[in-house]
Amino acid sequence: MSVEIPYITEPRPDTGLTLAKLGVWLFLASEVMLFGAFFSSYVVLRAGNTWQDFAFGPAPVVQDAESDEGDEWAEEEAASDETEDADEHAGHDHSAHDASAHAADNAGSGHDDHADLHSPLQTAIPMATFNTIVLITSSVTVVLAYASLLLNNLGRFRFYFGLTIALAFVFLGVKYVEYTSKFAHGYFPATSPLLALYFTMTFLHVLHVIGGIVVLAYLVGPGTKMWKTNPAQFTGRIEAVGLYWHFVDLVWIFLFPVLYLL
Amino acid sequence: MADDAHHGHDESFLRKYIFSTDHKVIGIQYALGALVFLLFGFTLVMLMRWSMANPNQAVPFIGGFLETLFGEDAQGGVITPQLYNSFGAMHGTIMVFLGIVPLAVGAFGNYVVPLQIGAVDMAFPKLNMASVWVYFVGGVVMFSSFFIPGGPAKSGWTSYAPLAVIDAASAGQTFWLVGMIFLITSSLLGAVNFLVTIIQLRAPGMTWMRLPFFVWAQFISSFLLLLAFPPLEAAGVMQLMDRVAGTSFFMPTGLVVSGEAYSAVGGGSPILWQHLFWFLAHPEVYVLILPALGIVAEIIANNSRKPLWGYRSMVYSVIFLGFMSFIVWAHHMFLTDMGVIISAFFQTTTMIISIPSVIIITALIISLWGGSIRFNTPMLFALAFLPMFGIGGLTGLPLGLSGSDIPLHDTYYVIGHFHYVVAPGTIFAMFAGIYFWFPKITGRKMNEFLGKLHFYPSFIFMNGIFFPMLIQGIAGVSRRLYDGGEYYEFSESILQLNTVMTHSAFGLLLAQIPFIINFVWTIFRKTREGEGTRNPWDATTIEWTDADSPPMGHGNFAVVPQVYRAAYEYSVPGSDKDFTPQSEPDSK
Amino acid sequence: MSHDHSPEAVKKEVRVYLGVFGALLVGTIVTVLASYLKVSTALGIFIALVIATVKGSLVACFFMHLRSEKIMILAFLLLMLVFFVVLMILPIGMQMDTFTDNISP
Repeated sequence: MSVEIPYITEPRPDTGLTLAKLGVWLFLASEVMLFGAFFSSYVVLRAGNTWQDFAFGPAPVVQDAESDEGDEWAEEEAASDETEDADEHAGHDHSAHDASAHAADNAGSGHDDHADLHSPLQTAIPMATFNTIVLITSSVTVVLAYASLLLNNLGRFRFYFGLTIALAFVFLGVKYVEYTSKFAHGYFPATSPLLALYFTMTFLHVLHVIGGIVVLAYLVGPGTKMWKTNPAQFTGRIEAVGLYWHFVDLVWIFLFPVLYLL
Repeated sequence: MADDAHHGHDESFLRKYIFSTDHKVIGIQYALGALVFLLFGFTLVMLMRWSMANPNQAVPFIGGFLETLFGEDAQGGVITPQLYNSFGAMHGTIMVFLGIVPLAVGAFGNYVVPLQIGAVDMAFPKLNMASVWVYFVGGVVMFSSFFIPGGPAKSGWTSYAPLAVIDAASAGQTFWLVGMIFLITSSLLGAVNFLVTIIQLRAPGMTWMRLPFFVWAQFISSFLLLLAFPPLEAAGVMQLMDRVAGTSFFMPTGLVVSGEAYSAVGGGSPILWQHLFWFLAHPEVYVLILPALGIVAEIIANNSRKPLWGYRSMVYSVIFLGFMSFIVWAHHMFLTDMGVIISAFFQTTTMIISIPSVIIITALIISLWGGSIRFNTPMLFALAFLPMFGIGGLTGLPLGLSGSDIPLHDTYYVIGHFHYVVAPGTIFAMFAGIYFWFPKITGRKMNEFLGKLHFYPSFIFMNGIFFPMLIQGIAGVSRRLYDGGEYYEFSESILQLNTVMTHSAFGLLLAQIPFIINFVWTIFRKTREGEGTRNPWDATTIEWTDADSPPMGHGNFAVVPQVYRAAYEYSVPGSDKDFTPQSEPDSK
Repeated sequence: MSHDHSPEAVKKEVRVYLGVFGALLVGTIVTVLASYLKVSTALGIFIALVIATVKGSLVACFFMHLRSEKIMILAFLLLMLVFFVVLMILPIGMQMDTFTDNISP
C-alpha cells in the first residue's frame, strides 16, 4: 500500500523524535507502571506480615476457635452483590485473631527446617548474581551492536546480536535450574507471599526475556534484509529493541536485590 | 493518492474490511463491536430491573430460554440471586470495558483523530489492527463465560478479593480475568498509538493550541490509559495466580469460608486489590468522560456558530484533570478503615479535581451565549449532556467527603450518581457523535425526524431510570439487593419507584428502535441529490474541509493540508461566510 | 553526544559503554557483599536500593541515552515517575494509617 507515514526514519523537526523511538519509550513507561504495581504489592505485603510469615508463609490457623464468626461473614458475602465491605470485614475480622493463632501454632509445623535460613531464596543468591552479570553483559552487547551499525559494520553487529541472544538463553537456563531446585525443596508460589511474588515477578520478567529473544532473533535473521533497502529504518529498529532490552535489564537490577537480598 | 485508490480495487474483501490497517475501517470495527456489546449489556440490566421490580417472578417471554441456558440459576425462569450477581458483574464489565471505552476511544478516536490532525493514518497501523483484534479476543472470552458451567463472574465489576477468589468452583471469574488481561493489552497498544500519532503526525501548522478540543481529550485519555491500566493488569495476573496457583496475594491469614478454613496459606491483603483496581478505575472514569466532553465541545462550537469560549482554559483544565485523576482513587475506599490523614488527603484531592470539570462545563455553557443555535439532533444530545453530566458531577461531591460517603456508599445513590455521568452523560455524547460524524463516514446525514424520536423519549426515560435511584439511595436502599429491597421495612414507601424505573428502562429500550432503524436505513439508502458534499455542517476543522465525505481510501487527504488558524473560527467579523476553515490562509 | 554519529564520536561512546559496564559489575558485587553486612534491616534495604538506583540510572542514562534525550521523552518519564511514586507510597501509607489505630492507640 502506498500510504506513506512520515517520520519513520527522519525525526520530526519540532519534537526531534522518530515514531518508533517515542512509541518504545511510551511503551516502557507503561511497563514501569506494570512492574511498579508488583513492587508496591511487595511493600504492602511485606509490611503487613512479620518477616517469618512473609518469607515462609503464616502458620496454619486453628480452625474451631473462630469458625462460628467466619460462617456468619461467609454467608453475608454470598448474599451480597459487590461486597466491598464484606471483604473488608473478612480481612479485619481475622487479622484480629492473628496473634492468638500464631501463639497456638508458631512452634509447630514446617518452620523448624528453615531455622538456619533467613529466606527461602537465600540459596539462590549465587545463581541470581551470576544471572545479573549475564543480563548486564547482554545489555552491553546490545548497545555495542547498535554502535557497530552506526559504524557501518554489519558483521560485528551480527556477532554482538548473536552474543546477546546466547546470553539471554544462558539467563533462561539458569532460571530453569533455579525454579526446579525451588520446586524440589517444596517451595511453590502458594508457599508464602514472598515466594508468590518471586515466582510471579520473575516469571513475568522471563516472559519479557523470551519476547526479547524473539524480536532479536527476527532482526538478526530475516529482518536484516532491511539493512540493504533502508539502513536508517533498520538502525532505528535496533535502537528501539535495544531500549526494550535495556529496560528488561533495568527491571532485573531492581528485582535482584528486592527479591533475593532484602 | 490516486495511486492509492487504484490499489484499493486490488484488495480482497478480507484485507479491506476484516484485517485492515486503515484507521477508518478499524474505527468502524470498534464502533460496531462496541454498539453490539452496549445493547447486550443493556439487555442484562433489563433482566436485573425486572427482578428488582418483580422479585421471584418468572421473566416473561424469555424465562424458558434463561432456564435452558443457566439451569438452576434461573429455575423456572426466575432471576435467582446468583444469576442477578452474574448479570450485575457482567453488566458493569461489558458496559465499561467492552462498550463505552471501545466506542469513545477505539471508535471515535481512531476514526476522527487522524482526520482532525491531518494525518494519513495512525502512527503504527499494524499495531492498530493488533489492538482491535486483541479487543475482539477479550470480548469473545468475556462473552463465552456465559456458556460455561456455573455461569460468568459473580463478584461485581470490581471483582473484590477474597470473594472473587474463593469462588473457585466455577470458572467464570477466571474467564473474567483472562478477558480483562486481553482488553487491557488492547487499550495499552491503542494508547501508545494515539499518543505517538497526536505528538508526531500533526499536519504542518497544527500547533498544540490549534488542536480541536476533541483531540486534546483523546490525548489525555490515552495518557491515562497508558499509565493507569498496567497496575490493573498486574493485579489481574495476581488474582489469576490466587485462583489457579493457590497463592495469597489478596487472601488474608486465617480466612474462613462457610465455616471451613480457606486452603490458601494467607498473609495477603484484600485492600491491595482495591488499591490496584481503583488506581486504574478512577482514571478510567475520566477515560469514559473526556472523549464525551470532546465530542460535545465540537458539536456545541459547530452548532452555536461561535468559537468555544475559553478554549485555552479548557485545555489547561483537561491537562490538570488528567494529572489529578491519578491521586484521588481512594475516595472509592472510605469504608476500608482509612485513617484520618490519608482520608483528608484523598478528600482534598477529590474536591480539587471537581474544579477543572466545572471550568470545562462552564466554558461550554458560556459558549452557547449569544450564538445562533441550530437545534439538530447531534446538538440536542450535546445540550442534554450538559445538565445530565452536571447532575452526575454534583451528586458526586457528597461521595468525595468521607462523612457523607460512609452512609451513602452502599446505597442506590452511588449507582444513580455514576449512571448520571456515564448513561445520560457519556452515552448521550456518543449518540451526538454518531449523528454528527455519520455524514463523514457514509456521506449521508441521518434522518432528523427519527433522530428526534430517538432523543426526546431517551431523555425522559433516562431520567425516569436514574433520578429515582438518588431518592431511594438517600432513603437508604442497599445497592446490592436482587429483590430491590422488598423485605426491608424502611424501603416500603419508596418501593414503587422500582416499578417506575423498570418501566422507564423498558421505555428506553423502545426509544432505541428509531435509532437502530435510522442507523441501518441511512447506511443502505441511496445518496440524495446535493448530499455527499464535503462539509454538510459548515464546520471549520480539517476532517470536514479537506477530506471527502465519505473519505477516500487509505491515506485520507488528497493533499495533506496546511493549517493556518485555531480550530473554531466561526462568525469571524468581516468574513463573507460564518465559518473560516482551519486550512484557509489569511486573505492578506 | 550520542546523536553525533560520526565514527570518532561512536568509538568514544563505546569506551563510555565499557566503563559503565565495569561500574555495573562493581555495583552488583557490592550489593551482594553489602547484604552480608550485619546492619539493621532498614539500613540494609536502604543500601541495596541506593545501589540499585545508581545502577538503574547508569543503564538509563548511558545505555538508553537518556542523558541526551529529547525533552518530550524526559517530560513523559518525569510524569511517569511521579505516578510511580504515588503508586508506591499511597497504598502502604494507607496500610499504616488506619482508622482503628486512630481510635485504639
